[in-house]
Amino acid sequence: MVDKVLTANRLADGISVWLDASGNWVESLQDAFVARHAEAVAALEATGKRSFDENKVVDVNVIDVEEVDGMLRPLRMRERIRAEGPSIAYAPGYHGLAGPKFAA
Amino acid sequence: MYRYDEFDHAFVSARVEQFRDQVQRRLSGELAEDSFKPLRLMNGVYLQLHAYMLRVAIPYGTLSSRQMRMLAHIARKYDRGYGHFTTRQNIQYNWPRLSDTPDILQELASVEMHALQTSGNCIRNVTADHFSGAAADEVADPRPYAEILRQWSSVHPEFSFLPRKFKIAVTGAERDRAAIQVHDIGLHLKKDENGRLGFAVYVGGGQGRTPMIAKKIRDFLPEEDLLSYTTAIMRVYNLYGRRDNKYKARIKILVHETGAEELARQVEVEFAKLKDTELKLPDADIQAISTYFAPAALPNRPEGWGNLARWKKADPEFARWVQQNVQPHKHPDYGMVTISLKPIGGIPGDASDAQMDAVADIAEEYAFDEIRVSHEQNLILPHVALADLEPVYRALVAAGLATANAGLITDIIACPGLDYCALANARSIPVAQEISSRFGSPERQAEIGELKIKISGCINACGHHHVGHIGLLGVEKKGAELYQITLGGSGDENTSIGEIIGRGFEPEKVTDAVETIVDTYLGLRRDKTETFLEAYRRVGPQPFKDALYGGSAQEAA
Repeated sequence: MVDKVLTANRLADGISVWLDASGNWVESLQDAFVARHAEAVAALEATGKRSFDENKVVDVNVIDVEEVDGMLRPLRMRERIRAEGPSIAYAPGYHGLAGPKFAA
Repeated sequence: MYRYDEFDHAFVSARVEQFRDQVQRRLSGELAEDSFKPLRLMNGVYLQLHAYMLRVAIPYGTLSSRQMRMLAHIARKYDRGYGHFTTRQNIQYNWPRLSDTPDILQELASVEMHALQTSGNCIRNVTADHFSGAAADEVADPRPYAEILRQWSSVHPEFSFLPRKFKIAVTGAERDRAAIQVHDIGLHLKKDENGRLGFAVYVGGGQGRTPMIAKKIRDFLPEEDLLSYTTAIMRVYNLYGRRDNKYKARIKILVHETGAEELARQVEVEFAKLKDTELKLPDADIQAISTYFAPAALPNRPEGWGNLARWKKADPEFARWVQQNVQPHKHPDYGMVTISLKPIGGIPGDASDAQMDAVADIAEEYAFDEIRVSHEQNLILPHVALADLEPVYRALVAAGLATANAGLITDIIACPGLDYCALANARSIPVAQEISSRFGSPERQAEIGELKIKISGCINACGHHHVGHIGLLGVEKKGAELYQITLGGSGDENTSIGEIIGRGFEPEKVTDAVETIVDTYLGLRRDKTETFLEAYRRVGPQPFKDALYGGSAQEAA
């Protein structure tokens, strides 16, 4: 089975977040809890639905990831950009994927 | 400029307070997402990849310095210090917090701005020629009519839940700078043989997954019939437009399936019922709105001619900028200045808060306090005395806004693409940046001449790729980005939809492909006066296919 993590956007500010092993929504994909079997994925989905119903997050999705050199990497480019930020140096101080770890 | 009256102020303020209440109820959990989403969209708040996005309407692309300063302030206070000017003459902020959006809207209302109808299946921001009221070639300023349409269409109860979104564009010149033939309704303001003002009416143009060129259904509609005839079109669309399939719901599909002649007949039937109702525009109303757009009293400044010649001689960079970015004004002592938001290697359409403030200052000091946003994602100072061009240029240089590339190969339109947009399949901005860097030398751009590259990151075509001389469409294929190239598109008075040239190119190869196309053009053009588009229309796609693919069997897309 492909590894999976749970992602969403926080309701109040819209920032992309991932669910960690403690059940908290965190801003770094690298801190996400990775589901490696069907029961774990079902647990992610249930948590996502609960968080949505509790108005903590919106746009909740389970996404595919792989581990590369100890780092989590979404399989889809869309999710890589969500995790790392725009691939361009869009404003002073923000570099996203344009920085040294460009992996798009 | 149009100024809000008491009704406008009260209405916009009431909407802000209504939205504040809705946001509070959403954040407290009283409103569920399914109920809230259409409400936030009605107020211009989208959810994109990284955050919410707020799209602020700039009616017909016209701004005062005060309004531009407010846009800068919002970028600074509520966002990450920049905004993105769009192909619909609007501005988008990419990082606002939902919880801040009521305050943002309240601040916008204080300068007579809002985000209404920048989303949803309603009549969107009416766009207009960015040189309106200044261009030497227009018969009249089309913006009063755009304003009349804005007032009529704002929260119009009958047209707030159309089959799909609806876009109207207006131009007042034969030279179409508003791309009216790729809008749901395109209005060409003109005079008849008796000197009366009216419109040629085009219907059913659009881009997206099914690009269509609008059909002209009226050669001349008297100005007083603008609202009754537009209402008639909307009624036919509202009644017969498809609601079963969102991809077939735009009026272009209805026009295509019904036939322009039959649709025009249906519109005329409706129009006959509406023609002599309260929708008929009294001349006094047209005049009243027009006074808001009366041209600034432009004093004669004949000294500018001599000064300009001297300055150009002394500074070749300035001369290049004037040559490329200053267009003739209807007053001979003035020019229309294009402020390029396309720095070489930069992000098309982005401006920092400091740059927005700088433009506001320059407009206030030298340009009668007026700024425009073009659908090509640049800013315009429509009235600048030739005698002031040099100080304006110096101020723009200081703000990093003096790129001399209007209409050239690096003046690229690009949608936000996969760097921001939840709908996108591929990135647009980095592709634009790489092409811009490759062709950035002023000499090379000048040698190539007029060439419009337009890039979209998905089939929705916000980057107008269908009407790019060279259009690039990003798609996702087997999990990777691929760019399909179209050639020969154009969004002017001779609108054409670009033709797909062959199989797509990977991100690392697409700039080379564009260079091959450009080199092919340079090799086959008759002389320097034959533009890329003219050359393409003369020779067709084959020489470009041969250059790109040779005899490759993989040519088929």
